[in-house]
Amino acid sequence: MTDATRFDLASAPLRELNSALHKLSADTNETYWKVANPAGRHAVAAGLDVPVTVEIDGPVGYYCGGMNKQARIIVNGNAGVGVAENMMSGLVHVKGDASQAAGATAHGGLLIIDGNASARCGISMKGIDIVVKGSVGHMSAFMAQAGTLTVLGDAGDALGDSLYEAKLFVRGSVAGLGADCVEKEMREEHKALLAAKLDAAGILGEVDISEFRRYGSARTLYHFHVDNVSSY
Amino acid sequence: MNDMTNTPRTKPRVSATFDEYTLSEIRRAAATGIYDIRGGGAKRKVPHFDDLLFLGASMSRYPLEGYREKCSTEVVLGTRFAKKPIELKIPITIAGMSFGSLSANAKEALGRGASAMGTSTTTGDGGMTNEERGHSTQLVYQYLPSRYGMNPDDLKRADAIEVVVGQGAKPGGGGMLLGQKITERVAAMRTLPVGIDQRSACRHPDWTGPDDLEIKIEELREITDWEKPIYVKVGAARPYYDTALAVKSGADVVVVDGMQGGTAATQEIFIEHVGIPTLAAVRQAVKALQDLGMHRKVQLVVSGGIRNGADVAKALALGADAVAIGTAALVALGDNDPHYQAEYEALGTTAGAYDDWHEGRDPAGITTQDPALMARLDPVAAGRRLANYLAVLTLECQTIARACGKSHVHNLEPEDLVALTIEAAAMAQVPLAGTNWVPGRNASF
Repeated sequence: MTDATRFDLASAPLRELNSALHKLSADTNETYWKVANPAGRHAVAAGLDVPVTVEIDGPVGYYCGGMNKQARIIVNGNAGVGVAENMMSGLVHVKGDASQAAGATAHGGLLIIDGNASARCGISMKGIDIVVKGSVGHMSAFMAQAGTLTVLGDAGDALGDSLYEAKLFVRGSVAGLGADCVEKEMREEHKALLAAKLDAAGILGEVDISEFRRYGSARTLYHFHVDNVSSY
Repeated sequence: MNDMTNTPRTKPRVSATFDEYTLSEIRRAAATGIYDIRGGGAKRKVPHFDDLLFLGASMSRYPLEGYREKCSTEVVLGTRFAKKPIELKIPITIAGMSFGSLSANAKEALGRGASAMGTSTTTGDGGMTNEERGHSTQLVYQYLPSRYGMNPDDLKRADAIEVVVGQGAKPGGGGMLLGQKITERVAAMRTLPVGIDQRSACRHPDWTGPDDLEIKIEELREITDWEKPIYVKVGAARPYYDTALAVKSGADVVVVDGMQGGTAATQEIFIEHVGIPTLAAVRQAVKALQDLGMHRKVQLVVSGGIRNGADVAKALALGADAVAIGTAALVALGDNDPHYQAEYEALGTTAGAYDDWHEGRDPAGITTQDPALMARLDPVAAGRRLANYLAVLTLECQTIARACGKSHVHNLEPEDLVALTIEAAAMAQVPLAGTNWVPGRNASF
C-alpha cells in the first residue's frame, strides 16, 4: 500500500478534511488516508465519492461515512448515531460498537460492525447490506425496504416492524418480531445469499449458516384493510 | 279529538351538529371501516388573511406612483451560512410537491412557470426527477423522513436543501401514496413494490429533536461543502418555539406551513383538526426571530392558503421574507377546472371540490400517474398559466406596497395593517380596525 495521507483532526478542522476528500479525482494516487484524533467528531468522511480508503483511528460521532459512495471507510473505534446513513456504495467497517440507526436509509454498499449495534439498526434501509457481528437493539430494520441485515448475535424487540422487502438473517435469539414481520423458510437460495454476505464481510466459514433463521415481510400491510386496523 | 290535518307542524329541522356532510361521513365510515383519505388542506373556515386590511396612504404618509416609481420584489434566501444563497426575483416560491403525487408533466409545468418568473420550485416525498431538475432554474431538494430516492448526487445538484420536519396539513404525520399511483417508475424511485399502499415515515430515522437536527444539518453542510442554503420546514403547531429551535439547529431559512396548506393524501380528520391557521403562525414565527435578533438574517417563508397578492403582501407585512404556494399553483395549472365538470361529476364530485387526489384519477392530469390522463396536461401551456398567475400575484402585492408607500415589498410592516375581527387582531397582533386595541398585546408567548 502506498504511503498514507495523514490528517490530524486535533490540529485541523473537519471541514478541511471533508473538503480535501471531496476534491479527490477518481484517478487520485492519494488512495489511502489516515485520520487521527477524531474524538467523536460528527460527519467524519461524509459525502465521499471516490474509491479511496479512509482509516480513522478512534471513535467517531454521528453520521460517519454519511451518504458514502465508493470509498472504504474503516473506523478503529466506536461509531455514533447513523454511521453510513444513506450510503450508496462502498464499505464502512466499524471495528467497535455502533450507536442507533446504523446504516439508516442506505441504498447500497456494505456496513460491517464488529461489535454490537444499538436500536433501529438498518431503519428504512433501501438496499444496503449490513453485517453485525454482535447483537442489534430494538426496532432494527424498521420499515426496511430492501437489502440484507445479518446479525450474528441476538436481535431486540420489534425486529422488522412494518417491513417491506428487506431480508433479515439472525443467528441468535429474537426478543420479538414487529408488525408484519414473520419467520420464513431458509431455502437454498437464501443460504447462498447469506453466504455471499458473510463472504463479503470476510467471515464465511467462521460461522455455521445453518444456525441462522430468516425473517421477512408477511406483506399483509401492503394494502389498507379494516381487519388490519390494529397494526396501523 | 283534534283534526291533525289542520294542526300547524314545525318544518323538518337539520341538526347544525349532525349536518349533511357529517351524516354522510358517518355512513361512509360505517360502510368501509377506514378513515377518509383526501388531498388538499383544511377546508373549514378559519381566521385568515382576509380578516386583515391594509390602511394605505393618507395624510401622514404618501404612496408611490404605480408603474413609475420602483417597488422591488427580489428576495435572497440563505444568507446566514450558505456560500451560495438563493436569489429570487419575486417573493413567491413553489412549495414541495412530489413526483408520484403529481404527474411528471405537472412537475415540469411547475418548473417552467416558476423559472419564467425567476423563482424556485421544490421536490417532494419521492425524490428528484430529471424533468423537474431540467426545467427548474432553482430547485429546492426536500430531505424527508422517508428519504425516498435520497442520494448525494441529487443533493449536490440541488440549489437548496429543505429538511422537512412537518407540514401544515398534518403536523406529526407522514405521507401517504396509495397503490393506484405507485407505478413502476414511482416504485423504482422509492425502492418499493409496485402497487402497494405506501405510508411514509412521520419522523426522521436518524435524528430526534433539535440537538440531533443541529448535527444532521452539519452533516448535510459537510456533504455539500457549506454551499447550499438549508431550510427547515415545520407545520404550524408551536411556531414560536419551532422557529427558535430551527434557528438554534442552524437553519438558514425557516418555512412555516399553516393548516390550510395542502397535502397529496392524508386522513381528513388530520387535515381539519391538527395544526393552526397560517394567520396564527406568522406573528409567532416572526417574534421568535426578532427575540433572537435573527429577523431578516434567517429568512422566513410562510405557506398555507396563499391565493392572491393581498395574501402575499399581508404575510410579508407581518414579517415573512417570502411565501410558498402549492394548491394555488395546481389550480393555475388546471386543477379542478370546470372544463372537466362532467368527469368530476362521474367521480361523484364537482369542479372545485375534487380532492381525491390519492386515487390517481384526476381529470386534469395533474395528481395522477395514468399516462392517458397525464397527457391532457400540456406542460408548456400549463407552465405559462403558472407564470401568468405568479406575475399577477406579484403585481397585486406591488400595488398594495406602493399604496402603502413602500419601495420594496419587504418594507411592508405590521403598522400598515388592521384586523376586521378580534380573533385576527389577536393572532396577527395588529389593532382591530378603527381602534387601537390589540388583544393580548402584553401577553407573552
